[in-house]
This record gives sequence, C-alpha cells and structure tokens, in this order.
Amino acid sequence: MWTDFSLETITNSFVFQRFDKLIVEPFFQTALMVGIATLIATVIGIPLGVFLATSKRGELLAMPITSRIVGAIVNALRAIPFIILAVYIFPITRWVVGSAIGTAAAIVPLTIAAIPFIARLVETHIREVDQGLVEAARAFGANPFQIIWKVLLPESLPGIVLVLTLAIISLIGFSAMVGAIGGGGLGDVALRWGYAQNKIDVMNVIVVLLIVVNQLVQMFGEYISRRINKRVIIRNTPKPDSLS
Amino acid sequence: MYSRSTAEKTVAQDQTAAPIVQLKDVRKVFASHDGGTHVALDGVNLSVNKGDVLGVIGRSGAGKSTLIRLLNGLEKPTSGSVIVNGDEISSFDEVSLRQARRSIGMIFQHFNLLSSRTVAQNIALPLELAGANRSDITKRVDELLDLVGLSDRKDRYPSELSGGQKQRVGIARALATNPEVLLSDEATSALDPETTRSILELLSNINRELGLTIVLITHEMAVVRSIANQVAVIEHGHIVEQGDVFDIFTRPAHDVTRSFLGHESGRALPPSVAAKLKATPGPKSEAVVRIIFRGPHATDPVLAQLATEADIAANIVSGSIDEVGGRPFGIITVSLPSDPKLLDKALTFLKVRHLDTEVLGYVD
Repeated sequence: MWTDFSLETITNSFVFQRFDKLIVEPFFQTALMVGIATLIATVIGIPLGVFLATSKRGELLAMPITSRIVGAIVNALRAIPFIILAVYIFPITRWVVGSAIGTAAAIVPLTIAAIPFIARLVETHIREVDQGLVEAARAFGANPFQIIWKVLLPESLPGIVLVLTLAIISLIGFSAMVGAIGGGGLGDVALRWGYAQNKIDVMNVIVVLLIVVNQLVQMFGEYISRRINKRVIIRNTPKPDSLS
Repeated sequence: MYSRSTAEKTVAQDQTAAPIVQLKDVRKVFASHDGGTHVALDGVNLSVNKGDVLGVIGRSGAGKSTLIRLLNGLEKPTSGSVIVNGDEISSFDEVSLRQARRSIGMIFQHFNLLSSRTVAQNIALPLELAGANRSDITKRVDELLDLVGLSDRKDRYPSELSGGQKQRVGIARALATNPEVLLSDEATSALDPETTRSILELLSNINRELGLTIVLITHEMAVVRSIANQVAVIEHGHIVEQGDVFDIFTRPAHDVTRSFLGHESGRALPPSVAAKLKATPGPKSEAVVRIIFRGPHATDPVLAQLATEADIAANIVSGSIDEVGGRPFGIITVSLPSDPKLLDKALTFLKVRHLDTEVLGYVD
C-alpha cells in the first residue's frame, strides 16, 4: 500500500484527509513542549553544569559537600527512565501546572529530564577549557564570577550549543512518550493512529517528518557552533574591519 | 588612570631604591599523590630592585614555576614571606590579592589567550576585570597594539596568529594595567630562535623605556644572557647561586650553573679532546687549561705575550669571545706544557693579568 504513490491514493489517504488534526496540530504541540522544556532546562541546566564543573575540592567555587549532593541528585534523575519519571512526578506536575494531564503538564517531566542531561554535558565542556586560561585570568585579578562569565562560558560556548542541539533532539524523542499522560504531539499520533489503528500512512508521514526535523535541528546546531568557534580558522569568512 | 607619570619613571631607574620584589626564607611544600610531601622550595631568599631584569634558571622540576607563582599569589608559601610592590603578598586574602595582581603582569609559555576573543578583546581583558570604562579601554588597547606592533591584527583571533604574534598579544595584555612588575613564565620556550630573539628584544625595550621590573623563569641560559642583568640559579628548591649576570657567566661557582653554561660561550670542550682527558699527567702529556677573559682584559693579546715574554707556547683547543651584559668576555681552552714548573709559570703569568684559569686535565 505505501509503495503506491499515485495522486489519487495520496489524496484519498486517511492522513491527507485529516492532515490538520493528525499532523499540523500535533507538530505544534511537539514544538511547544520541546521548545519550552528546552528553554527552561537551559536556564537551569547551564548554571548547574557550571556549578558541577567548578565546585569540587580545590576548584574555583570549591563546595565539595554541596557538589556531591547535587551530583548525586543529577545522577539519580538521569537513572530514571523517562516514561517512569513522567508518571512518578505526577504530584510535582500537578502542583506546578494544576493538572497532571495535557500538553502543559507534559512540559514538566520533559524539563526535569533535560536539566540533568544538559548539566552533565555542559560540565564536560567547561572542564575541557584549558586550565592555563583560568590561571591567566586569575593572574590578571579575575574573581570566580568573572572567570566563569568571561573565560569558561565564552570558551565552551561552541560545545554548549552542541549540547543544546542534542537536548532538543533527545526531547523530541522523549516527547513521543508523553502521549501516555495526554501530552499529545506527533509521537502520540504515531502510536495511537499509526500503530494502534494500523494507519500505516500516518506512521510513514510522521516518521519522515521526525527524521527531517531532527536533521534540520542537528544541521542548524552544528552551523551555529561552527560559526562561534574561533579556535579553528574558517576560510572565506570575512572579518569585520573594526571592533564594534 | 593608566598612564605612567614621569615621577614614577625616575624612581624606576633608581637602582638604590628598596627592592620591589623580595622573598624571605620562603618554603613551599606540596602534598604529593602518594600521601607524602614534596618540598618545592626550601629557604629561598631573593630580591629584585626596581628596573632590574632577573632571570631565574633551573631544570624542570627545580621549583622555578612554583617560585614565579608565589610572586602573584597563585601559590601561597608554606612559610616565609613574599613582598611585591611593598605588599606582603603571602599574607593577603583572595580579595586583596586580586587588587595586588593588577600591578603584576604575567606572560605564559603557551600564551593563554582566549580563543573566543579577538586580539583587541584579549588585550582588553585585564582592563575589563579592573572595571575600566569602555572609552579608556579602547584608547589603552590601541596604545598597546602600537607598542607591540600588532595594530593591523587587532580584529584577528588568536588561531589566525603565529606563535610570536600570540606572545606579543600576551605581552600587551600583561601591560594593560600598567603593572610595576612583569612575570614571564618560560615565555619563549615554545618559540623558534628567531621569534625568541624578537620577543626578548621587545621585553628588553619595555624594560628600558617603561622602567618595568621583569622576573623571568627559563631553562635556557641564552635567554638570561640576552635580557637579564641579574640571575638566580635554582636546583632542587634551593637557590644555589645568584648575582650579576656578568659575574655568574664569567665566574660560575656551582656545578649546576656550569652545566647550564656548558652549552653557551664555548665552555664545553670539543668531544675529541674531552674523550682523551685524564686527571693526572703522563710523561708526554700536555695540560688542558681554560682561560677566562673578563671585562677590559678580554681584548688583550695575552697568548702572544705568553709566547714572547715567557717563552711558553699555548695551543688553542677551542674558544670564543663574546659579550655578556654589554661587557666583553671570552673563554679559550689551550694546551700548555704539563711540566709543573712551566705550567705554574704560565698560570702565574696569566693570573697577574687578571685572567681566571682552570686546569681541566691532561691529554697525551
């Protein structure tokens, strides 16, 4: 059936006739859930990653005990499979959005899953910053906040952009599971219509759409990361003539 | 705020002023990984006058990196005191240290420039950290770019520069807040000889024109010789010899100093001679004698006089005549008769002409 691509087959297909309900609306639900979850997780995850990278004994913000506790919480959150996390934190979700069911409610577990993910990966990129740069900044009288703001974050920014790209792609994957708690979205449609109702055309369109979206997100993330990475010379990039 | 007054310059050139950098009985002990301790510096005393260039030379692991890091408080001494610009750095807390570090510049072996910032933005960093306003920063950065000859590269990123250009940026950055003291941590060790020469020349000019005091650590005697006027030799955490560069070069007292000098100034014997050298004379052997010419006598025709006036022929084995700290200095290795009477006569002849001699051994 799915090898028949005549115009009539397509226009008569279930997915085409209900394209708005099956594809467009779920697409925006997914985009909304992933977008907001990424945004909040970024705002919390990056500082958390910086903290994890600078708080061990002998480090910039040395708070070994707090660091261990935060690290343990982050590890614990990462250990829980997403679908279990989503139902496990129902009380928190209900407290935050007033309901445990629906698109808005789905944002809560997505955000909570993304925060430790972003934090751990940001940590590794911050740790990769040459210690010589930190020493130089200290030698010029930088305080720990200035070292983070003027050295660690700018120097690891290309890596952090790739972390966020990865977070978006992972969250698109996780969002397929929030159908279980009424979150909606493309994954939910694929499971309920494509799989349970055996509408193969619905499944095909959504799978292709997800592949394309992931590909675009990845390409865009890599492009931005390359543009802001000054460690390697990019040819054919004109340099501005004066310092703004 | 960032321009140096003429009054300060005068003080900078006054060699009799109190030392600007002082280490008093400094000891630094690190905890090692196996739970024991490692003594990096032990009983170190050092003082540097304003406007001086002190070269601290030592092998890797001798303690020189620790020593330079004590001077801006990146390391704290276990005991003893470190005084820079009249501040007792070693007793400062982090907040006062940050303030003090603004009058101590530092340059590094691997430059340590921020890859995400342009040349101009890198130079601006210490000024931003000090909270200078934008127009002051722009003005000062332009002056510094001009000083290090990189005005045309201001908007380039470090990845687009050569090693020598990167170190020039490093120097400009270190000078941004008009420091009194510049610390140089193996600043030329990652550079080729030609670039090393130009960087040392730049540092030398800065020392002369701004009266900046420079403390540099290195493992190369050539660096000390071309820029420093004071030298300290460090080995196993102890300063084994220190003083005026010319004196140390021409009359090294310690074995470590000699071994550093071995690669410099023709002090090493040719391998063929070194292989045949014996400690005691044989019946037909000749004595191998090193003659050191210092200062005004370096240019006298002493060997010719030895032949004509004392009738003793000296064969030149190796040698070189050079300048250290602007003063002529030469080392010549000669072979002289091993007969004790003739040898003694020759050595006395040289000694009265203020030449240092050293019998290295005998060859057949």
